[in-house]
Amino acid sequence: MSSIGTGYDLSVTTFSPDGRVFQIEYAAKAVDNSGTVVGIKCKDGIVIGVEKLIASKMMLPGSNRRIHSVHRHSGMGVAGLAADGRQIVARAKSEAHNYENTYGEPIPIKELADRVASYVHLCTLYWWLRPFGSGVILGGYDRDGPQLYMVEPSGVSYRYFGAAIGKGRQAAKTEIEKLKLSDMTCRQGVIEVAKIIYGVHDEAKDKTFELEMSWVCDESNRQHQKVPEALLEEAKEAAKAALEEMDAD
Amino acid sequence: MDTLLSSEGDSQRTQYPYVTGTSVIGFKYKDGILMAADMGGSYGSTIRYKSVERLKQVGKHSLIGASGEISDFQEILKYLDELILHDNMWDDGNSLGPKEVHNYLTRVMYNRRNKFDPLWNSLIIGGVKNGHKYLGSVGMIGVHFEDDHVATGFGNHLARPILREEWRADLTFEEGVKLLEKCMRNLLYRDRSAVNKLQIAKITEEGLTVSQPYSLKTFWNFAAFENPTVGATGSW
Repeated sequence: MSSIGTGYDLSVTTFSPDGRVFQIEYAAKAVDNSGTVVGIKCKDGIVIGVEKLIASKMMLPGSNRRIHSVHRHSGMGVAGLAADGRQIVARAKSEAHNYENTYGEPIPIKELADRVASYVHLCTLYWWLRPFGSGVILGGYDRDGPQLYMVEPSGVSYRYFGAAIGKGRQAAKTEIEKLKLSDMTCRQGVIEVAKIIYGVHDEAKDKTFELEMSWVCDESNRQHQKVPEALLEEAKEAAKAALEEMDAD
Repeated sequence: MDTLLSSEGDSQRTQYPYVTGTSVIGFKYKDGILMAADMGGSYGSTIRYKSVERLKQVGKHSLIGASGEISDFQEILKYLDELILHDNMWDDGNSLGPKEVHNYLTRVMYNRRNKFDPLWNSLIIGGVKNGHKYLGSVGMIGVHFEDDHVATGFGNHLARPILREEWRADLTFEEGVKLLEKCMRNLLYRDRSAVNKLQIAKITEEGLTVSQPYSLKTFWNFAAFENPTVGATGSW
């Protein structure tokens, strides 16, 4: 449902007659046009996966990280404008660091999500700032167990079992809803996320992509880290096999 | 912050230490670094705390031992924790080694000294990275150096002479522990702030282990200690 907000879309401090702030909606479009980011909460942790569209064959594999650690126990996958995403990550790291310095314990994920959302929202309140053109999927493991949050360019943040942003988010969400997440371990979750990302990647429209995945779970000692090489390879193989099966039908 | 016009009285500078740890000794051996420190925390002349861990791990490759003000050591550990966390979050396959940690601490110590607000510690950093052994020392003034064997405080006067005679580059772990214990026993006899409860740490390419606390056997059956008053003249 996209409409032209003629005249009411010039500034983030202007409402349209039907109560919309068009600049924020346009910022969300930047996220919608980026590679898919998927996050799921399994019974023992969180898995985040990114469809990293490769702009040029000259880029080194493994560069242009889209998933960043925010602290030992949490990480974020970023969609949308990469440079904007970098700022959000930097802010999240800073918040996590200050919280631990003040309160002596790692920042609870709910608190971290709140702070990131406030910061993103802040940039939608002033005419001399523009909204962030990125959304993040934030996953972490604290005293209350594994949690998954998503923060949008509007500054809205919700907690999820499964979330997806970017180009293939509709298809990805449909796939996620089919999964029985409460019975799944992260080890199994990694395979499922790989399958989803390979599944929603549009071969015709987009260039090649690189799959980037991270997890924070009991198996990783509740630390946020890249999914181990061996498991990542296994996941990619399973995803490719599943694609072939689908094509064969 | 300090201005040119502020008086000495309202400064927040460290003037003297309160709870202190005594010597730390370290040396390179065949497989890596060995370090020892006792577990005492003295409050002036009172031995107030007897379970202070003065040897700590820093990241994957390094070990730090501290003498001096314990609260400043705790602060240094917080800085190091932040340093290592940020290094890990880069996730680029690289990690800070003992040489880098030593250099970082030297900058911290020297800059604090220049503000007349030192962290009142003498630190020893040792570790192994990519097969390369490293052992260095830095103090509250910012004086820093690298060597095959280092010590802090009284260790410099009582342990280093022993090490200068008996240290070799190819010491095995068992020989190294015996040499450390010889030095620590000497310190136990002669340093009044030493306590007989120590930890030994070893760091190799594989990793770090800090031993459980234990005590050294001491010998007091010297002839001069029997009937100590026999030759003394009376006071009146």
